[in-house]
Amino acid sequence: MSDLVVNNVSMVFDTPSGDQVEALQNVSFSLKQGELLSILGPSGCGKSTLMNIVAGFLAPTAGKVSLASTELHGPGSDRGMVFQQGALFEWLSVAENVGFGPMMKGTPKEQIKKTVTELLQIVGLQDFYDKPVYELSGGMQQRVALARCLANDPDVILMDEPLGALDALTREKMQSLVLKLWKETGKTIILITHSVEEALFLGEKLFVMAPRPGRIKQQYELPFAEAGLVEDPREIKASTEFISKREEILSMIWDMEEEIMGQVEMAGD
Amino acid sequence: MVLIQQVKQVIGLSEDGLTKRKTVTFGDTSAVANGRTWSILSVITMAVVWYVGSALEFINPIFWPSPQAVWEQFINISGEGYRNFSLLEHIWASLYRILIGFALGCLVGVPLGFAMGLSEVIKGWFDPVVEFFRPIPPLAFIPLVIIWSGIGERSKIMLLFFAALWVMVIAARAGVGSVKLSKIHAAYSLGASKKQVLLHVILPNSLPEIFTGMRVAMGICWGTVVAAELVAAESGVGFMIMAASKFLATDVVVLGVIIVGLIGYSIDILMRKLEAKLIPWKGKT
Repeated sequence: MSDLVVNNVSMVFDTPSGDQVEALQNVSFSLKQGELLSILGPSGCGKSTLMNIVAGFLAPTAGKVSLASTELHGPGSDRGMVFQQGALFEWLSVAENVGFGPMMKGTPKEQIKKTVTELLQIVGLQDFYDKPVYELSGGMQQRVALARCLANDPDVILMDEPLGALDALTREKMQSLVLKLWKETGKTIILITHSVEEALFLGEKLFVMAPRPGRIKQQYELPFAEAGLVEDPREIKASTEFISKREEILSMIWDMEEEIMGQVEMAGD
Repeated sequence: MVLIQQVKQVIGLSEDGLTKRKTVTFGDTSAVANGRTWSILSVITMAVVWYVGSALEFINPIFWPSPQAVWEQFINISGEGYRNFSLLEHIWASLYRILIGFALGCLVGVPLGFAMGLSEVIKGWFDPVVEFFRPIPPLAFIPLVIIWSGIGERSKIMLLFFAALWVMVIAARAGVGSVKLSKIHAAYSLGASKKQVLLHVILPNSLPEIFTGMRVAMGICWGTVVAAELVAAESGVGFMIMAASKFLATDVVVLGVIIVGLIGYSIDILMRKLEAKLIPWKGKT
């Protein structure tokens, strides 16, 4: 089983002005294959740093990350990334973008074509095969990004604010697509978001992170993602259970922001 | 009606219906149409003023010749050539120098610009060199290149190489700098190697900047070659202008000037068409 284990990861670095920033302090967790974790937190809580460490773009100052019992160093095609936007290759068509990973590995052309056709079908873009990506809407571009990531068949999918740039309606549709892909592919997914609602709805597990030093403040196990596969997302989001969780988390983050503001003001004096 | 519309569209005279309804147009650059009607009027006006002005002998033809005189010289030189070379040979001599010098400039400049964008050592090492030579007009080197390699082809090509080099270095470096980190990260996590990231992400991503650089470099090269031929050459459009000026043959001078302008304009149109064809995503991200 390809479990993802993050063991006592810390990240401390010096800024050019000489201050020390503790971006992450002793963060530990593990995800079984097929689990969906969403991470929420105010800016500066180290969630992007954590994501970059798991992706292999940053080396932690202490601790280690391992996938399927192998310690990770640097990026690799076992961990796919989906970014907020602008990470597609505009010089390539929709199909070429999706087939980028397999092409880099030297997969035979017919096989790439088959994979790409299949994936475009899954994300509902089969009619856009040869279209240039810059002609697609924001939501469609993110569908391409999802398909591109899946084409490599990674064990873990890391999503950094994948739906952050989309309008509210498209965003809801895409949330359902993410859930659908999660169920159908059985991938482990870590998703960073700024939206409490999105984190609650999509996360089987949910971490709320706190800043200074960056750490996991609260962990939740949630039933909504599982329910979202069969029930109407609108109804789930309107349920009393969902709303009370949302208010709980919102007020927690609200308090954190107040605290940060207080610290800044004190530092200012 | 349909035919008229099509013709209008081809020559750029068709209008956007929505623009007419805009109430705020000053400052809204999308509401500033191409003004093709005015361009046509402008060219016609210039031609008429030139024709009428010289017909009424407002200006001494030694200062500015009549269109007929220039036209006659054009027919004459097209047939008999000028100073041992036919008109086409003069034009080709200039174009040839540009093409070689420009190509060499790109061939050296683009890899150097890439290396500077990708490596701290190379950036640090070459930055003072590039920044020092960049603002120097290539023409300032004419005396030197003549001393080094005489007034033959080599000195002019060297000069044009210099003219194109710095522009291309800076364009390529800017192109590398314009790559979004998320694209690079995406490529690596899709399993690309460093070489693949360079070839499949950094290179295509910097094409818009490189192409803009090429257009600028081409313009500079064209200006430089003509000027270089004014100083020292035995053929070329610039040489034609210079040789004619010694005999006060302003009709040949003006003919040369018109040829220089038309060719420069055509090159830019050609490069813009090429750009639209090769880099259709430019400005759309």
